[in-house]
Amino acid sequence: MPWSCTVDRPFALLAELTYACPLHCPYCSNPLQLDDYRDELTTEQWQRVFTEAAALGVLQLHLSGGEPLQRHDIVELVRCASALGLYTNLITSGLGLSLRRAEQLHTAGLDHVQISLQADNPVLSDRIAGTPSFERKLTAARLVKELGWPLTLNVVLHRENLDHIEGVLELAESMGADRLELANTQYYGWAGRNRAGLLPSRAQLDHAEAAVRAARERLRETMEIIYVVPDHYSRHPKPCMDGWARRQLTVVPNGEALPCPAAHDVARGLGLAPVGVREHSLQWIWQESPLFRQFRGESWMPEPCRSCDRRHIDFGGCRCQAFALTGDASRTDPVCELSPDHGLIEDVVHAANSSDRQEDSLVPRPQVGHRVRQ
Amino acid sequence: MRSTGRMGTGDPADRPQLAPHVRMRFDTARQQHTILSPEAVVVVNDTGAAIVELCDGARTVEQIRDELRGRYDQVADGDVRDFLAGLVARHAVVMHRG
Repeated sequence: MPWSCTVDRPFALLAELTYACPLHCPYCSNPLQLDDYRDELTTEQWQRVFTEAAALGVLQLHLSGGEPLQRHDIVELVRCASALGLYTNLITSGLGLSLRRAEQLHTAGLDHVQISLQADNPVLSDRIAGTPSFERKLTAARLVKELGWPLTLNVVLHRENLDHIEGVLELAESMGADRLELANTQYYGWAGRNRAGLLPSRAQLDHAEAAVRAARERLRETMEIIYVVPDHYSRHPKPCMDGWARRQLTVVPNGEALPCPAAHDVARGLGLAPVGVREHSLQWIWQESPLFRQFRGESWMPEPCRSCDRRHIDFGGCRCQAFALTGDASRTDPVCELSPDHGLIEDVVHAANSSDRQEDSLVPRPQVGHRVRQ
Repeated sequence: MRSTGRMGTGDPADRPQLAPHVRMRFDTARQQHTILSPEAVVVVNDTGAAIVELCDGARTVEQIRDELRGRYDQVADGDVRDFLAGLVARHAVVMHRG
């Protein structure tokens, strides 16, 4: 019997199983300090989280990381989630998806696999990933198709690969992808450090968006193309998470629960102690924990959000971005053209389009270890 | 030759099927039928769920409409077609043709 719930129930759980990852992408949105997250939940703890999530109303489970295939219990975890009726989505680099592992995951009931690519060719893709990985990703993608899963490819877009958009679209088509997710970089965690080097120019974006429109028209019968807009170039902020603690939640490797996958710093900024599934039920966290209640609804909103007609559309934008850029998570997302802090965005966009722009070298994400306490 | 498309042609001989990444289940917490894909949840009513259950890639839109008329009193001519066109637009249903 599902628990009663006094607020809207969450639809999705993002389970960041581990922050260990064989790639070193400079746009990684995981936190700067990964040492705090090395003490990972056990298999049993994750299974309890999934069970509580299903009872709370969660329908979709995203298994992510880091690289979720680095968890040796990934098949067991999928089997558990699948038995609970959850729609299971594996978000992976493809590295570690051997034939045997793929068959086990298929048998365990995994519904969907999303594989990342960094570019349309091995030289650039491997350079961005910081490790030889392109060919292994293609092999993994073929495996996904052969086992009868639909194939979703995900490419994070930024200054270094945007000009290869046609190649990316052609590659996805030639691989028989059912879905292609083109996601402009969001500047959280490690990506925040690299923003100046990752932020594209307006000309690059115009070019890419025209290519995406043309491909959507040409491939409408065969491939769904999802394009995540670059919010620094938008007049309005993104409706982040469709509202804070409204539709989904995240549990990070050490069991801490967050309203969004980038909220690690917001919690610290508010002076709130970490709240995790080791000490609390997911139901209590969702309904009662101070972090989840902090920006739920509209009562927290400052002007200009409070009286803005768009507050039901974009929910004041992104709390994490407001915190990262202004030091105050309760301010209007500076991306919004009405925000008093919008100059912070205008300055970096101006710099990205300046003719005397200095080339920034991207700092690769360093590797992190992990352990599971048994 | 058979083809599969995501754009509804509205042809009553089309044979709809849930897209490979899409699954329907009853959401017990909210007591409603839902169509699930990685990022989307589409809520459908009882009639909608009955239609989707018949979308097996073998039955035509016309056959589904006829079968539904056997179960429910008021199924207008375009109801099934419009409902499925909505799901096709959301990439939840694919149409097999010919």
